[in-house]
Amino acid sequence: MSEETTTIRPFSAAAFNQYIAEHKLMATRCTKCSKTYAPPRAICPNCHSEEMEWVETSGKGKLAGFTVIYTGPTFMSEQGFDRKNPYISGIVELEEGTSISARITGLDASKPAEIKIGTLLSVDFVEFGEGEAKKTYLAFKA
Amino acid sequence: MPKSKPLSRGVAIVGAGMSKFGAFAEKNSRDLFVEAFKEMTKSVDKGLDPSAIESLYVGNFSSDQFEHQAHTAPLLADAVGLTPIPATRVEGACASGGLAIRQGVMAIASGMYDVVLVGGAEKMTALNTAGVTDALATAADVPFEIPAGFTFPGFYAAMASAYMHRYGMKPEHLMNVAIKNHDNASLNPYAQFGVTIQKWMEGRVAAAIKKGKPAPTWSTIWDFLHDESGNPTVAWPLRLFDCSPVTDGAAAVLLVAEERMHEFTDHPIHIIGSGQASGSALHDRPELTAIPAAKTAATKAYEMAGITAKDIRIAEVHDCFTIAEVIASEDLGFFAPGEGFKAAEDGVTARNGAKPINTSGGLKAKGHPVGASGVAQAVEVFKQMRGQAGERQVAGDVNLALTHNVGATGSTCAVHVYERRN
Repeated sequence: MSEETTTIRPFSAAAFNQYIAEHKLMATRCTKCSKTYAPPRAICPNCHSEEMEWVETSGKGKLAGFTVIYTGPTFMSEQGFDRKNPYISGIVELEEGTSISARITGLDASKPAEIKIGTLLSVDFVEFGEGEAKKTYLAFKA
Repeated sequence: MPKSKPLSRGVAIVGAGMSKFGAFAEKNSRDLFVEAFKEMTKSVDKGLDPSAIESLYVGNFSSDQFEHQAHTAPLLADAVGLTPIPATRVEGACASGGLAIRQGVMAIASGMYDVVLVGGAEKMTALNTAGVTDALATAADVPFEIPAGFTFPGFYAAMASAYMHRYGMKPEHLMNVAIKNHDNASLNPYAQFGVTIQKWMEGRVAAAIKKGKPAPTWSTIWDFLHDESGNPTVAWPLRLFDCSPVTDGAAAVLLVAEERMHEFTDHPIHIIGSGQASGSALHDRPELTAIPAAKTAATKAYEMAGITAKDIRIAEVHDCFTIAEVIASEDLGFFAPGEGFKAAEDGVTARNGAKPINTSGGLKAKGHPVGASGVAQAVEVFKQMRGQAGERQVAGDVNLALTHNVGATGSTCAVHVYERRN
């Protein structure tokens, strides 16, 4: 087995998150039909091919849907979000034609009615915690 | 996809009952299931000898998380004296109940059993709000949706944002769904919130006065619903009254082979269509304004039943959030895309409208014990179709009805069609 093949990361959530920790938004592309997926897939749902490859996305996309969350899950409360400090979660359609869930930054969470579907966004990475406990989250910035 | 065929052996519901829905500190899911079983037994016109029951399928999403009790099905069977019959737990998040009905239908249609009990049970209120939010979040695509901060109100709010953008709906339009479903629940003695929003608001004012606090100055329910202190935002554009509550409850229906139904009743309700479909995470769908799995499940159920959407007289749909009812009414083919919110505004989906939806009060006001909800929907159509829905009875001949039960954001959907023939 060549060195290149052995270093290809599996098409898994763990590998995707490792890339996120490296500040890369990676997608998997089907080498048969060229469709691109982020989150990653090991089998192409379009043509059922198992021949996938990792590709780095342009990191550009647009807002397809969003919400401003006032009552979040426990881990978001731990990160300082609450009713007085709500946050934006959204679904972003990437230039590559695939869509992904992400935190949305750079928009005013106190004025949700002014946030426009279709807003152009670029990838951003939000870090929380220190040292071993540090986690990196996928975000998109207006 | 090949077309759905009619069942090779007919299946009928001959009994249906539910526990009171609500928050009951002293009751676990077993206690609630016993209540539902007793109600179901009472409803069997010619009486039920429980030893006739051959198998149990029970919808339950996560007693593991909510009660720290897994392996629920044999406990529920034992609690109603049914061991050693097979007892199987069915899990499809909030569609667990609908999936349990489908398992019961298949078990009878296959010829394996003649008499099957289908139940649903969920005890949710032992956890606090944050605990419930975290438990429900496990029904999402956890590694790829949850780090974004999404909650279930958040997912449906994102769908609402896309719907508003595409069709010009305002958040106020969604309030029509909540008002209607509370009106219906006010006539349902089993509902968690058996009060209209008007009564709710008056109760809040009275409570403030009693405590010697300044009374809120809401003059209409619209003032109340627009006010952050009356109706706080949960996940914009959804507010508290756009969301179904956290509920404890159970439901049960008795399914039998048509050839034996007259041993139990002369007024059976036939299950003539069953459709189930799966779907991807919300972000991976071609549009956010419809649920593909719901459309597929409906198509399959209509094909099997040999009917169309316009034939359906009433429907119980999965209104975990107000926007979900609007989208369901379009996915099921009752209204064209973008028209569902107008139908709610115009009263078309009210109890006396052309297409009554959620006469029980829906998940919104009757309550949403997640694994029980799909079965409780069947309880409501059984009562409505037999003219036993009391004050909330729909006028006229309710000969065809539908239930629509969704798991998570629509990664699971079950649709059933019911017929009354006499």
